[in-house]
Amino acid sequence: MAKVDMTDVREKDVNVSDLVFKYMRPEHLPHIWCPGCGNGIIMRDVAQAIEDLKINRNNLVVVSGIGCSSRAAGYFDCSTIHTTHGRAIAFATGIKMARPELEVVVLTGDGDASAIGGNHLIHAARRNIGITVIVMNNTIYGMTGGQYSPTTPTGDYGTTAPYGNIDRPFDVALLAAAAGATYAAHGDCFHVPETTRLIRDGIAHKGFSIIEVADVCPTYYGRKNKKGSAVDMMRNQKENFVTAAQAKRMSPEELEGRYVLGVIQELDFPEYTEAYEKVIEKAQGGAK
Amino acid sequence: MAKRVLMQGNEACVEGAIAAGMRFYAGYPITPSTEIAEVSALRLPQVGGKFIQMEDELASIACAIGASATGVKAMTATSGPGFSLKQENLGYACLAEIPLVVVDVQRSGPSTGLPTSPSQGDVMMARWGTHGDHPIIVISPSSVRETYELAIRCFNLSEKYRTPVIFLMDEIVGHLREGVEIPEAGTFEIVDRPVPEHYYPKKHAYHLEEGELVPKMAPFGAGERYNVTGLLHDDTGFPTNNNKIAGDLVERLMKKIDDNYDDIVTTEEVGMEDADIALYVYGGTMRAALTAMEMARAKGFKVGIFRPVTIWPFAERELREVAKKVKRIVVAEHNYGQMLREVERVAKDDCEVRFVGKVNGTVITPEEILQKIEEA
Repeated sequence: MAKVDMTDVREKDVNVSDLVFKYMRPEHLPHIWCPGCGNGIIMRDVAQAIEDLKINRNNLVVVSGIGCSSRAAGYFDCSTIHTTHGRAIAFATGIKMARPELEVVVLTGDGDASAIGGNHLIHAARRNIGITVIVMNNTIYGMTGGQYSPTTPTGDYGTTAPYGNIDRPFDVALLAAAAGATYAAHGDCFHVPETTRLIRDGIAHKGFSIIEVADVCPTYYGRKNKKGSAVDMMRNQKENFVTAAQAKRMSPEELEGRYVLGVIQELDFPEYTEAYEKVIEKAQGGAK
Repeated sequence: MAKRVLMQGNEACVEGAIAAGMRFYAGYPITPSTEIAEVSALRLPQVGGKFIQMEDELASIACAIGASATGVKAMTATSGPGFSLKQENLGYACLAEIPLVVVDVQRSGPSTGLPTSPSQGDVMMARWGTHGDHPIIVISPSSVRETYELAIRCFNLSEKYRTPVIFLMDEIVGHLREGVEIPEAGTFEIVDRPVPEHYYPKKHAYHLEEGELVPKMAPFGAGERYNVTGLLHDDTGFPTNNNKIAGDLVERLMKKIDDNYDDIVTTEEVGMEDADIALYVYGGTMRAALTAMEMARAKGFKVGIFRPVTIWPFAERELREVAKKVKRIVVAEHNYGQMLREVERVAKDDCEVRFVGKVNGTVITPEEILQKIEEA
């Protein structure tokens, strides 16, 4: 397939969101993801949230680890750093700690954030450092070709679970919430306005925020588990995932088997870098 | 005025680092380097810097690299087991060209080893620990006073060459207390990384201008909006699969250190003027060597000491001169013979090479070195 030159699509009258030109690097697009992958939708949600919050790109740092999700960082037109597997949150902690005035957003996946990088996730949540972690949860290791991850449902298949996965899956947002995340939410690929709002509120939140976004991976997870096409997988999110507002109006029976989107925890605790400013004051003989 | 204080090696490391401009430390407690974290936690906020105790060794180095990307001089410290864990991100800093000082206060290994006992068993790990071909500068101090000065030098080299520098201490020097003259501020030259004159969004953040040692490095948040990656990249900082560009990058990284050997490599020679036997030692082993030299000279042996202060790149040129001059080199190191082979590679055609090693957690004594001087 010929590579589309994204730098001049405007002239070609192709319908491309203005967000691409405002917040992304068109010369590095189109992205590398498979047809039907949800990562592009999530990337757009992030760009929309940045637009809504009127964040200056010069003050924005997007940090990622390794995996399909983590290629997203390079597409954003801001300071971007594609780090090592699992360590994005640790790098982000250093960036935020050194320069608290920067907005720091981590784009990561289920394997990156909750397997190899799980320790950093819970400790960043515990510290309440003011970074935003967006977990693109496709329930599989996509980049390496479909191995089961810590979020693969029990019984599902992966190339390393040829007889079905016997592990129990993590709910990553809930895990971070238990570790003390002061903002934790669930989003998905289908409910774009809702998920964009959750991401926007997460970035605006003072303290550690995490938005776990249910992703769509038709190529590996979908195919291995007979979930149908990308459209079928999106339809599943449309029909079985409900927003928090919808869930409020539903009976427990109706909610059976549904995935509820929305905020699962919002707390008010001192943000880490602000707390450290007080340490500096004390060390310099100021406030006792 | 310079003031004289009683100071521990680990403490001197922090004071030197602060004098060099270190304003960020991320670490994890591990013996025998813990005092570096403790003193950093106390001292950094006093000078407006930041300290953070991370959840593990991997996070510590990652966090320090992140801080450095924003333009702040950063350090992390550890010992053998933690140094093993830091290796992946050390390679990241080499490739992404992010200045960083990593201190390894060596202890006996392998594995958990002897946590409070001296060793120099990480010399080769310091050179080759991270995967792939990569440049590295490693510096090893032999006294508390030198620890202070060399900590500054580590930062200066790291900033100048945009590369991680390993400050390879050992338990002997790390836990040693000595009277140290702390020089006045301004005594030492302080080097900062080259930064662009103006910050604007840049398509070629890793572009090397004619005559530049390294590409200029804008701090994150200044407005350059560039990309950093651990993938082999072109001068835009974006991944490439072009084999020519990939090869050129690795070569440039290797050469920025190799081609500046004279600037980076320093050695010390004691009593070498008339020596026909040279002791090859580095780090804390220097102390036993000095006594051994005195003892041997009292017995009529013409013994001198050759000490590489820069461990890597290997002080090959200077050693070759020594080898031509003497009939014997005695290598003394607290390991099973890691630098021995390097010394043999360079010197064996010109003189004989003998070895004193220790891997049981005790220190090499002057008598043990003397024995290798005296034996036929």
